[in-house]
Amino acid sequence: MTETDLHTEAVEIHDQFADQLDVTVDEVSERLDTLVNEYKVPLSEARRSVTNTYLDEAGMDRDDVAGGDQHVSITDIDTPEQWVDVTAKVVELRNPDSDAIAQAGTLGDETGTIAFVSWSKSELPRVEEDAVYRLGNVVTDEYEGQFSVKLNSTTTIEQVDRELEVSNDDAEITGALVDIQSGSGLIKRCPEEDCTRVLQNGRCAEHGEGDGEFDLRIKGVIDDGTTVQDVIFDREMTESLTGISLEKAQEMAMDALDTSVVAEEMNERLLGQYYHVTGPNFNRYVLADEVTEPEQPDHEAMLIKARSI
Amino acid sequence: MSNSATREVARRVFAREFNDATYTFKESDDELAPRYALLPTGKRANRVFFVGTLTETEDVGQDSEYWQGRIVDPDGGTFFTYAGQYQPDAASMLRELEAPEYVAVVGKPRTFEADDGEVNVSVRPESITVVDESTRNYWVVETAERTLDRVEQFENGGEYAQLAREEYDLPVENYRRVAVEALESLDTEQAESTAP
Ligand SMILES: [Zn+2]
Repeated sequence: MTETDLHTEAVEIHDQFADQLDVTVDEVSERLDTLVNEYKVPLSEARRSVTNTYLDEAGMDRDDVAGGDQHVSITDIDTPEQWVDVTAKVVELRNPDSDAIAQAGTLGDETGTIAFVSWSKSELPRVEEDAVYRLGNVVTDEYEGQFSVKLNSTTTIEQVDRELEVSNDDAEITGALVDIQSGSGLIKRCPEEDCTRVLQNGRCAEHGEGDGEFDLRIKGVIDDGTTVQDVIFDREMTESLTGISLEKAQEMAMDALDTSVVAEEMNERLLGQYYHVTGPNFNRYVLADEVTEPEQPDHEAMLIKARSI
Repeated sequence: MSNSATREVARRVFAREFNDATYTFKESDDELAPRYALLPTGKRANRVFFVGTLTETEDVGQDSEYWQGRIVDPDGGTFFTYAGQYQPDAASMLRELEAPEYVAVVGKPRTFEADDGEVNVSVRPESITVVDESTRNYWVVETAERTLDRVEQFENGGEYAQLAREEYDLPVENYRRVAVEALESLDTEQAESTAP
């Protein structure tokens, strides 16, 4: 440990508190020196200890300063081979496919998610699913445009006691269901293995004539007055929205000798209603995997705005 | 939100502004090109969505059924909707419904010039469905918000705001006031329904 190293550390710590505390670089340096040279504490631990002392004095939270320059949000990771710090939740752990890997999975923060691996040879403490960690000194990597972070022998892992709302890439839309398009209601799908095409007049575009298996779905349009979005509701969603089960739909069609009665009934129940839909994007569609009634907008607040313009 | 490739958005507009949208136009000479009504607040509308109280239905057809429905919004403006043989679902809804009832309508603006030269604006419905009061209230606040957005953007111009200035002599302030009245009516209704 050289004098210069200590001084560099001291300047960095000082910079974090210069606005909040009346403290000089020399004072910081002295504290570090005592810990490192008298008590033989490793520099990383000394830095931690001194930083915490000043955090307490300033009444600040570790997150207020954590990281300085190298602490990044996951969405900002766009260059390989960068050494960064992230604070993230372990969203998912998966079984590593090699003995060289101790742990692998997905990390997430408010801005996005990213894959991670922890090497066996680094002998790091294991992380747990759903826990939030501050990971110091991880290195970024890129493979075919997908970024990941690698935990390594210099990485510090510190569990953080706070909730973190992990962002996902799901679309979220609120609006009125203004149309239910053809191909909705009671449909038949091709029975061939791995083919889920919807039969048109009893024919699969790939496999030709076939008996088909009944299914329910809705291809709908959600419109909020400024944009429109195509949404697909699968069988489960369709059943819960309409209250019509697949079995019931088949009965209805049998009684009427016509499958279109199912779509007509769905039109009557759903068109003109407001929905809040979340789900992944797929081509031009959002695949609804959660549908709720939207909260009533605040008319008092809108009235105040209307009067103030 | 990503746009459905060609589908026109359904504008939110109160009846009094909608009925003032007497100027219509196409963006090209193509016969199949969509026709737009020019909203006085400076946006074009090829489709509208509204929720109101169906107060009256009447078969006004001469040779065949042609149903008229009057649908009133909370500031007192009335949407006139007409459905005949080419809108069988909407026509049968108007035939079967007993006023009053809250209904949601998706439809296209249509204009008709009367003998006296006055232009009447109406809606050709794509769908009419029965909804509840909370859906109506949601629509009122949403439509107030969209209307106020248009009023606020009117000053900054834009192609259709400019066109509205040329075609109409209708201050956008009128439509801000319509939004205020519609929102106030929700207040009154809620006060009445919670009164002892
Ligand atoms: Zn097939």
